[in-house]
Amino acid sequence: MTATGTDTPVTTASNEPTAASEPVGSARSERLSALGQQHGALAVLVIVVLAASFGLDSFATGDNIANMATSSAFLAIVALGMTFVIITGGIDLSVGSLFALGGVLAAWGARHGSLLALLLPLVVCGAVGLVNGLLVARSRLAPFIVTLAAMLGARGLLLALTDEGADTYLIGKGTFLAHLGQGTTLGLGNPVWITLALFVAGAVVLRRTRFGQHVYAVGGNEDAAALMGAPVARTKILVYTMSGVLAGLAGALNAAWLASGVTILGNGMELDAISAVVIGGTLLTGGLGYLSGSLVGVLLLKVIQNVINQIGSLDSSYQQVVSGAFLAVVVIAQTWLGRRRQLM
Amino acid sequence: MAEATLHTAPLDKARLLQWLQTYGVYAGVALLLVVNTVITPHFLSAENFRTQAVQVAPVIIVALGMALVIGTEGVDLSVGAVMALAASVTALYLGYGLLPALLVVALFAAGAGLANGALVALVGVQPIVATLALMVGGRGLALVLLPQLKDLHNPGLASLGSGDIAGIPYLILIAAALALLIAFVVRRTTFGRRLLAIGDSRPAAQLAGLPVRRVLIVVYVLSALLAAVAGVLATARLQASDPTSLGNLMELSAITAVVVGGTPLSGGRVNIGGTVAGAVLIQLLTATLIKHDLPPSWTQIAQAIVIVCAVYAARGRGKR
Repeated sequence: MTATGTDTPVTTASNEPTAASEPVGSARSERLSALGQQHGALAVLVIVVLAASFGLDSFATGDNIANMATSSAFLAIVALGMTFVIITGGIDLSVGSLFALGGVLAAWGARHGSLLALLLPLVVCGAVGLVNGLLVARSRLAPFIVTLAAMLGARGLLLALTDEGADTYLIGKGTFLAHLGQGTTLGLGNPVWITLALFVAGAVVLRRTRFGQHVYAVGGNEDAAALMGAPVARTKILVYTMSGVLAGLAGALNAAWLASGVTILGNGMELDAISAVVIGGTLLTGGLGYLSGSLVGVLLLKVIQNVINQIGSLDSSYQQVVSGAFLAVVVIAQTWLGRRRQLM
Repeated sequence: MAEATLHTAPLDKARLLQWLQTYGVYAGVALLLVVNTVITPHFLSAENFRTQAVQVAPVIIVALGMALVIGTEGVDLSVGAVMALAASVTALYLGYGLLPALLVVALFAAGAGLANGALVALVGVQPIVATLALMVGGRGLALVLLPQLKDLHNPGLASLGSGDIAGIPYLILIAAALALLIAFVVRRTTFGRRLLAIGDSRPAAQLAGLPVRRVLIVVYVLSALLAAVAGVLATARLQASDPTSLGNLMELSAITAVVVGGTPLSGGRVNIGGTVAGAVLIQLLTATLIKHDLPPSWTQIAQAIVIVCAVYAARGRGKR
């Protein structure tokens, strides 16, 4: 449907037929729909944060906010890669396993210096992502089944590395890696700053580079993109590799934060990341998406989790119910908004 | 696109590939049986076969529903969560007797399937996302209803889990009966025809006047009901309700069984015999590796490789 980078051309194109009959009204509701799709999550986030700040004494404290920011950072990095993949119309289910694998590799490598500890997870997880990309782009296999296999394979590799999950490698205090994960700058944890830097870089790449335009074009209409001369296969391979590298990096930073490579982490993380991206207004059909939205989606999930944890009477399983219900509401709203835009 | 032009040249290779797609899974099962007979001690005992069959029965039942959903070009990620939901609801209502409890389970499952089906058929959400919501929320709900493992003491449930007729456990009989029933539905009923037509091309089915929405909703309800049956049977075998871990990764096992069995993810074809064989293949593979003391990590890696190979082999048929 959308073969172009931004959604403005679509707006004008779909406006033309109705422009003669009812120009002002349809243009306005059209813009409202687009606005709802892009910023609906932000509005909900603001409401939830305001309600939580008034309702809970312990919510709007500096400690709690800094804590939430740091724990959001890791999911946000994973969601960043996931956003790129989803905009190309794909999906990456392997990120949870790669997150755990990255953490274990970082902790394992930390015994031989911080440089290896950082490089090893990036290279190995990037390689898994590269294989995903090759299978999706060159062999034309369905992304969800390829990355599903990678999810199993990476988890298996992780277990093989840790003597079936019995060994936990620790990261020593005072190393560069430990500082990267646990240190703070201007009151916020270093992972938060790294995440913000990555998102800025990601937004520039997505909006201002040829590669970013190709990502949107491939997701909008693959055949059209190929006909226009966009390197479809290369774009897809790059996107899956990126997702792998980012998942590995998030895992490494998380291990540095926890000071150990915990093997059981990352279960179900792919679902959280996909939920965050979808809540943020990125369409799973590809071709349309916002990095800022994904960040908002991650924050929304984490704030809901935080609020539910703080209301002592509520079991933490409620969080899953709320997340699931919220996801359902978002996709219904998105589909409805999308259909309105198509009709107009 | 490029494949279409290359298509005509090696006819024998194409025929071989097609044969492999349809019968490869049976050949794989046969190969594993032969290999195990030679290398695994005590493999040919009735006890071993019964254990393997009882373990694979829930996977087969879930995979049957998954095969139907995949036949409509969809996917149902919520089956594991529905199993957990069935387990906790069984535990909650078992006090009223086994039959009322099963009725309530069926009601819950139908509700879950209806939610999935409505999202997919009426709202028009992609199946992955629609069922993802229930996958996240369903397990949460199961845990809210029953926060931790609970032992169940009910003679009816116990006999369902461990009883047998002429040495064949109920679990296996139920799985076999359901497989036959679903195969019959796919091959011989109007509903089955409609399901495949929708999977082949939804717009065409719509234009032909088929009740697309109704069929889709029924398919998702069936998938949820079958998952609930698997959940109840697994609970009966355990003699305990375990909503935390019951059905974890079941969606992966079921999808693997369906795909390995030669049902293309692009819809329009359902291979029930292959699906059952696919579940058996994965079970035998896992059992072989475990019996030879290979760690679970290798089992997972092997499973990953099998999935990729199966999808790769099925690839030519999916694209048209």
